[in-house]
Amino acid sequence: MNALLQMLSYHFMQRALLVGVLVSLCAALLGVPLVLKRYSMIGDGLSHVGFGALAIASALHLAPLAVTVPVVAVAAVLLLRLSRNSRINGDAAIALISSSALAVGIVSVSVTTGMNTEVSSYMFGSILALSRSDALLSALLSAAVLALYLLFYPRIFAVTFDESFSRATGVRAGAYNSLIAVLTAVTVVLGMRMMGALLISSLIIFPALSAMRLCRSFRGVVSCAAALSVGCFLAGVTASYFLETPAGASVVLADLAAFAVCALLGRRRKGR
Amino acid sequence: MAILSCENLRFAYEGVTVLEDVQFSLNQGDYLCVVGENGSGKSTLIRGLLGLKRPDGGSIRYGEGLKQTEIGYLPQQTGIQRDFPASVYEVALSGCLGSLGRRLRFGAAERERALMNLERMGIEELKDRSYQALSGGQQQRVLLARALCATQKLLLLDEPVTGLDPIATGELYNLIKLVNLCDNITVIMVSHDIHEAVRYATHILHLGQRQLFFGTAAAYKESSLARRFLGGNRL
Ligand SMILES: Nc1ncnc2c1ncn2[C@@H]1O[C@H](COP(=O)(O)OP(=O)(O)OP(=O)(O)O)[C@@H](O)[C@H]1O
Ligand SMILES: [Mg+2]
Repeated sequence: MNALLQMLSYHFMQRALLVGVLVSLCAALLGVPLVLKRYSMIGDGLSHVGFGALAIASALHLAPLAVTVPVVAVAAVLLLRLSRNSRINGDAAIALISSSALAVGIVSVSVTTGMNTEVSSYMFGSILALSRSDALLSALLSAAVLALYLLFYPRIFAVTFDESFSRATGVRAGAYNSLIAVLTAVTVVLGMRMMGALLISSLIIFPALSAMRLCRSFRGVVSCAAALSVGCFLAGVTASYFLETPAGASVVLADLAAFAVCALLGRRRKGR
Repeated sequence: MAILSCENLRFAYEGVTVLEDVQFSLNQGDYLCVVGENGSGKSTLIRGLLGLKRPDGGSIRYGEGLKQTEIGYLPQQTGIQRDFPASVYEVALSGCLGSLGRRLRFGAAERERALMNLERMGIEELKDRSYQALSGGQQQRVLLARALCATQKLLLLDEPVTGLDPIATGELYNLIKLVNLCDNITVIMVSHDIHEAVRYATHILHLGQRQLFFGTAAAYKESSLARRFLGGNRL
């Protein structure tokens, strides 16, 4: 108990927990439509683009978030277009873009600072990465993502469930797809510093998949995913503090464990 | 006054015309069946009427204060995945989206309308069930309830009975006819089942890359086209 209180007394821990909880919430909420629309790959692609942008920003000594957020947001809309275009192979195009962005990032880091802890902290995340101003901006942005998602919830449901029907009732489906993509981009960038570029997409995908094993309504899946995501984040970070394991990977393992439990429970229920 | 009139309508995909010379008009309360072989342009016409596909010539005019976004629609192939988690009530409610206007959330009026339409389809007791776990016939009823939430005036149905057994098919046809008669909702239905079509519909539109016939069901029965389409059997 005392150890827990001590953990909470560190400023960097407070910042990390605040931002982490908000980002996990956003990731889980956005993850549900992304997974259902078969856009999981986009989250993964965005994290790699984010890594590239982050590396270049730090090589040029620019403010990391201010550069990365807009770059990744543009990439999000682009990736969405690519994956919807049936004439070119969407999957392959996304894979190409994401590995190219990763390569650009690695080269630019190794040219400027050399392959060092910096790279590994980008790739695998670091709980110490957030400065005070970063934390403030992250909290504000993720609050905005949450607010937009909740405001447009009925439309997001309709566009996710049946796009052509919602188009016919006058919903500008393309605009909402782009909205989801941009919100995802912001979330990916915010979560990347802490979780790491290679691990952030699991924050988006795992809670949605786990919740889909358990719940049968959209609202149920969304709320369950949000709760699971925050719970796993807190569990993972706490474990990483005491076991001295990397935070990002610990959170992903917590998510994996939750998924296994949900899958078992879901199968049990179906069996009856 | 006509609720819908089409003039010289033409549709093309990438420059290739797939449907032309479409010219007909409907009054409130009419029941139109669109028939024709596979690839004759039936779904294309429906998508055009909904504004999902822009005509490459001619015009579509809506009357009686009907806006294009106030049409109820039941698609031929839904983009809905098998594993989509959604309750029956959530699906029906999403049909009310068009009446939301600038508002962000559904109000009591929309919630009531969703429940009322589920009741109309006789599935109000399924409202908390998961959509994916329903039978094909039940799913079609849910989608019909959703379409009814979207409209007071015009329903577009693209082969609504595909994959249903004969009993479920008959029930769905009866429900649609009931909505047409009781609520005076205009119905446009694409159908392959020409015998049922002439039984329920007031008007028939026969397509084959172009408009081959438009008129009342009674006139269609007497036409040589119907006889040929049915392979010699008289109706
Ligand atoms: N997205 C598309 N791109 C290119 N051509 C298309 C597209 N959709 C339809 N077509 C073509 O337009 C023609 C009419 O298609 P449509 O889907 O309207 O036929 P249909 O009458 O609904 O057929 P079915 O009875 O099989 O549903 C077909 O020749 C088809 O190949
Ligand atoms: Mg068709």
